[in-house]
Amino acid sequence: MTATKSVSRQQLIILKGGHVVDPAQGLNELCDLRIANGVVEQVGPDLGVDGASVIEVPADFIVCPGFIDMHVHLREPGQEYKERISTGVEAAVAGGFVGVACMPNTNPVNDHRAVTELILRKAEAANLAHVYPIGAVTLGSKGEQLSEIGELHDAGCVAISDDGHPVADALLMRRALEYASMFEMPVIDHCEDPSLKGDGSVHEGYHASVLGLRGIPGEAEEVMVERDVTLSGLTDGSVHIAHMSTRGSLRAVRSGKERGINVTCEVTPHHFTLTDEELSYDTNYKMNPPLRESGDREAIIQGLVDGTIDAIATDHAPHHADDKTVEFEKAPFGIIGLETAVPLVIDRLLHKGLVPIGRLVELLSTNPARILGLPGGSLAPGAAADITVLAPDVTTEIAASRFKSLARNTPFDGWQLRGSVAAVLIGGRIVYTNEDIEAAGVFQ
Amino acid sequence: MTTRSMSETTIIRDPIRPLSRLRSRHLLSVADLTPEEVVLILDTAEAMREVGTRPIKKVPTLRGKTVVNLFCEPSTRTRTSFEIAEKRLSADTLSITTSTSSVVKGETLADTARNIEAMAPDMIVVRHPASGACQFLANICSSRIINAGDGMHEHPTQALLDVLTIREHKTKFTGLKVSIVGDLLHSRVLRSNVLLLKMLGADVWVCGPRTMMPAGIDRFGVKATSSLDAAVEGADVVMMLRIQLERMQGYFFPSLREYFNIFGMSSERLRRAKPDVIVMHPGPLNRGVEIASDAADGPYSVILEQVANGVAVRMAVLYLLAGAKEENL
Repeated sequence: MTATKSVSRQQLIILKGGHVVDPAQGLNELCDLRIANGVVEQVGPDLGVDGASVIEVPADFIVCPGFIDMHVHLREPGQEYKERISTGVEAAVAGGFVGVACMPNTNPVNDHRAVTELILRKAEAANLAHVYPIGAVTLGSKGEQLSEIGELHDAGCVAISDDGHPVADALLMRRALEYASMFEMPVIDHCEDPSLKGDGSVHEGYHASVLGLRGIPGEAEEVMVERDVTLSGLTDGSVHIAHMSTRGSLRAVRSGKERGINVTCEVTPHHFTLTDEELSYDTNYKMNPPLRESGDREAIIQGLVDGTIDAIATDHAPHHADDKTVEFEKAPFGIIGLETAVPLVIDRLLHKGLVPIGRLVELLSTNPARILGLPGGSLAPGAAADITVLAPDVTTEIAASRFKSLARNTPFDGWQLRGSVAAVLIGGRIVYTNEDIEAAGVFQ
Repeated sequence: MTTRSMSETTIIRDPIRPLSRLRSRHLLSVADLTPEEVVLILDTAEAMREVGTRPIKKVPTLRGKTVVNLFCEPSTRTRTSFEIAEKRLSADTLSITTSTSSVVKGETLADTARNIEAMAPDMIVVRHPASGACQFLANICSSRIINAGDGMHEHPTQALLDVLTIREHKTKFTGLKVSIVGDLLHSRVLRSNVLLLKMLGADVWVCGPRTMMPAGIDRFGVKATSSLDAAVEGADVVMMLRIQLERMQGYFFPSLREYFNIFGMSSERLRRAKPDVIVMHPGPLNRGVEIASDAADGPYSVILEQVANGVAVRMAVLYLLAGAKEENL
């Protein structure tokens, strides 16, 4: 209701003079953007101002279709002491995201319409980033019996996944791919052979051996990526590989794409930034999949450049300090990512000259929207005015204590990264302005 | 305080004086030590050993110091060894084992440690099944932490007592062929010994089934082999590691019988070693699994000397760490 009201109050808005990057329209230039009632009306140079409220965008700001994080954990219902939907979406917009797709490993698991509806209701009340629920493949994500996938789709789920628990049974995965394809929903798989993973907690290799920590070989992921690509070929269902971390997985996806198989994949900012050389007993370096070797990190960057990788997603996994302040092998896997992703992307990929801005917008907006069948991902006339504005040259000082997220479990606390989110608009409404950037004041 | 205990020390003619101190606040890993500090610990341990030969086996060195032994994993040898060492140095000491502690009531390790801390001990000796547990406690405690074995990570005082034992039998470490045989993957004794022996210049070989080779072993600067004969050939020291009987469940090897046939040490297989080879084992022994009785009890076996040296090395470590505290204050 609130959203409708604010839209109706709005007059015309013109964003004047920013650098607009929208790969869906092949745009990468200085131009204006005209928004009417929350919808993009016109994009082009020197648009008329007639009666519109004008936002003079600094020329060194980048105006993009709103970023979508297709892999987050919002913990509600069930673990509200770690994160809530309201704090999660606040973190999302502060991190530059207009939408998040939330994984079903809540308590209860999002395997029934009632849970999906609860999530959507809470998201509507929070009225910030869009929340796109992901339903469970199997009841309780136990890998035994399919959830009512049609009903979950009807309730608003955009994909299905048993994230955190791989769909270990190959026949069940086959059926899930076939069945979900009727609703044009991808199956998002956390690829990891459970027996090869064992009780490992970090990447199997020299650094794990030095620390005396049990390892998870990259091959635990790769055997299941190979299987999923093969099953996608068999069923023609869309499979999306979550948080891919190894060279071998990339090889499998690349080969599948060359064969015309319906496979897509994502990587996280921590996997293109860190390696297992950084490991200590700090549990903020414990996530699944674990930090891999430098060869894997280099292959990921190559995959971001050459198009093998479709999306950058954070795997935002909030945990309370009580859960993380324990012995390393006892600690839960996962780190938060919503409020560090964009600075890492800009600093580590754009400014290092590795990945051009147009490609980064594809990875953060165009492709996630396409994979999940969402309305966003473009600023073409007629699209909702969901917009992420970047200040690529402004340094972000990561301070976990200032996060909007309830959680603080990040290895990037204290990092200085060149690149910031300046502002975020959703449906033409300014939902976030970075108060640390003076020039972003035009968005207030 | 300091003056009084010094004068008492003088009165009873304690030969031990502060030689120096350790740089690190804690002993968490062999990597905390410099080669000079290792020599200092070994020399101090030799002086400490004399205390054990006296009719009254006690010196007042740690009088008034409180040492807590926090043992969250079964241990007889190491805990007894630390307790005897502490008592010989006159420390007030108490031992907490998991079966008697609130750990079984679900208290976290951090809370257990904070509560012990609140009672102001000077040192906490920690044995814990989790790798990194000692580092974790060092991060949240102001007491000095001594690692008495943390998971698969390290067991520094074991490595120190091992090199003390080797030093008594060999003239130098440089070029000494030391072969460590057994369950390399799960062994904290291996990790501490590799670090320490490499630091002292030994030629370290490790031998075990391929299923129990730690990943990246080639980067540890050791020679890794699955041939026991190659490992034993010309060895100066053979150090056997314990095989935990439950490892068969992880498909690490088919049976204890086959394990012994391929990797078990016997006097027969020791013939390839140097004539003055010594055989070591950190205990407890699985006779007939990793070592046959004829090797464990043979003339080259120094297994019980290791145990005796354990007390001396732990006295040295306790003493050198406690001394450092006084200097800092």
